[in-house]
Amino acid sequence: MSVLVLVEHTEGNVKKKSFEAVQYAAGIAKAQGTSVTALVLGTVADAEMAALGQYGAQKVLHVTDARLNELHARAYASAVIAAAQKDGSKVIITLHDINGRAVTPRVAVKLKAGLVAGALSYPDTAKGFVIKKAVFSGKAFAYLNITSDIKVVMLMPNTFQLQQADGSATIEKLDVTFGDKDFGVKVKEVNKVKGEVPLSEAELVVSGGRGMKGPENWGLIEDLAKELGAATACSRPVADAHWRPHHEHVGQTGGTIRPNLYIAVGISGAIQHLAGVNGSKTIVVINKDPEAPFFKAGNYGVIGDAMEILPRLTAAVKKFKESHK
Amino acid sequence: MKILVCISQVPDTSTKIILKDNDTAINSQGTTWVINPYDEWYALIRALELKEAGTATDVHLITVGKADVEPVIRKALALGGDEAVRIDAESNDPYQTAHYIAEYAKSAGYDLVLCGKESIDYNNGTAGTMLAELLDVDYIGFATNIQIDGTTATVKREIEGGEETDTCSLPVVISCQKGVAEARIPNMRGIMAARTRPLKVLAPTAVDAVTAILSYELPPAKAGIKLVSPDDMDALVELLHNEAKVI
Ligand SMILES: Cc1cc2nc3c(=O)[nH]c(=O)nc-3n(C[C@H](O)[C@H](O)[C@H](O)COP(=O)(O)OP(=O)(O)OC[C@H]3O[C@@H](n4cnc5c(N)ncnc54)[C@H](O)[C@@H]3O)c2cc1C
Ligand SMILES: Nc1ncnc2c1ncn2[C@@H]1O[C@H](COP(=O)(O)O)[C@@H](O)[C@H]1O
Repeated sequence: MSVLVLVEHTEGNVKKKSFEAVQYAAGIAKAQGTSVTALVLGTVADAEMAALGQYGAQKVLHVTDARLNELHARAYASAVIAAAQKDGSKVIITLHDINGRAVTPRVAVKLKAGLVAGALSYPDTAKGFVIKKAVFSGKAFAYLNITSDIKVVMLMPNTFQLQQADGSATIEKLDVTFGDKDFGVKVKEVNKVKGEVPLSEAELVVSGGRGMKGPENWGLIEDLAKELGAATACSRPVADAHWRPHHEHVGQTGGTIRPNLYIAVGISGAIQHLAGVNGSKTIVVINKDPEAPFFKAGNYGVIGDAMEILPRLTAAVKKFKESHK
Repeated sequence: MKILVCISQVPDTSTKIILKDNDTAINSQGTTWVINPYDEWYALIRALELKEAGTATDVHLITVGKADVEPVIRKALALGGDEAVRIDAESNDPYQTAHYIAEYAKSAGYDLVLCGKESIDYNNGTAGTMLAELLDVDYIGFATNIQIDGTTATVKREIEGGEETDTCSLPVVISCQKGVAEARIPNMRGIMAARTRPLKVLAPTAVDAVTAILSYELPPAKAGIKLVSPDDMDALVELLHNEAKVI
């Protein structure tokens, strides 16, 4: 009857958002008087898996098949079903991200289970199994009730702060028999920036728009990001003009992010841009035009020329970091 | 090769959301309805490109919705497509929607099903994967480039922090986003032709919903922005540390 969580990892390192998912599952399990089982697919060291206990997992089910180091959505879904059956799970937690969207809907269909994509709250069980999610690109929230017996929930990353505690999960191997169909999609080539925090997981983000004038000025954005330990993002025209890679583009047609801090530099704040960032906890707007719409959506604003303000802000952050060592 | 393109109707991004009936419904009076941008700009246009290139023989469109979605599906037909199907049902349950589309798709037999990466109303991005599962075929999500060679699809897709190239055999369901197709706008000839293209209306094959929307809520109004002097970035850092507590 455990709450089952599908864990994502990058080359054996559990992603931060998967710790969030485990912690979220632990909250649900506590309310239901049950435990959390984490499902890990592919090659991950035992110590890394045991650490899932620090966020509330009692048990890890490990499918060691190395083919699962790549996303094979059908195989992943088969593994989730096998684990859910073994544990008799009635609640299954995954992430609302690229991988989660390829796997979870399959799981929901196989189990004829209701699915919430992008959960922002714990389920309210007073009226059923009611979960809040953002709709209309953040312009409203909907309260969705899952009416099926089994519930499947894709948690929105960066929704809950992590709280580490003591704990260690026991590890058990799970054998899953896969079919040919499970590996129908073949991965031919991967182009990935290594070693960077993925934008969707970053707590701090510095983002530039057309107001940065050209790629030659991005050093100013990168310097600030580096000083803060932040990831970098951009508006759509910036990616369209190839000033920055496509995966940095946020907004309605790009990524949706919910960092603790979003610093928007030289971005006007069009509704389609806000759609991707309006879940950020704190927004700083740097723009030379006091009428820029972004000022209406921000928490802190600085009116002026980014080229002058950015070096000053970077220096101020540096000074702050040095005095808070 | 036969292509099915899934088209959903959504409120235009600039629509102001107003609630009604004790916050249990959205007031759609005055809403401008459009084709979900991913479905229109990427899925549909790529299907048309494949037909023009001689790779595809038929491009069919499908939408799940009541009669009020017809202007939008007509607008899609004005861009192109040989015929359209409307499954006459209103559903906010992704499983139900996918089931309706799958039942039709099974009966007609398609080699390629294209949908958008997500619909901008409920922001789920789950219908395509559900459809693939119901059809027992592969799914590739967040595509930025789609090439078809015989019975093989080669697809570039977004992954976290980069891009990947995948191949798989048809039939397959692919969700589309920026990069997949060149932009185009409907022309007068298309708009005229769309009037004569068949739009079939079919009854849904019944299936129970597994989720229900109980209510809606609008986000709290922003407290208003605090302006900081451009000459005093120490003050901004101080606010971010002590007030916002984010650094
Ligand atoms: C269907 C649709 C989907 C879209 N999806 C997205 C999306 O996903 N993401 C996205 O970002 N956009 C998207 N757009 C585009 C969006 O509408 C805006 O056009 C875009 O966000 C504008 O980018 P920008 O703010 O960088 O540029 P601009 O609007 O040109 O704004 C530049 C800003 O920089 C300021 N500025 C100029 N010089 C300086 C300086 N020296 N110092 C400080 N500030 C300066 C200006 O005052 C201005 O406010 C979409 C549009 C449509 C129609
Ligand atoms: N009512 C619908 N009718 C037809 N296609 C739909 C419908 N809803 C969603 N889709 C398709 O599924 C994609 C993903 O939608 P969603 O999972 O609702 O975010 C959309 O881009 C459409 O291509």
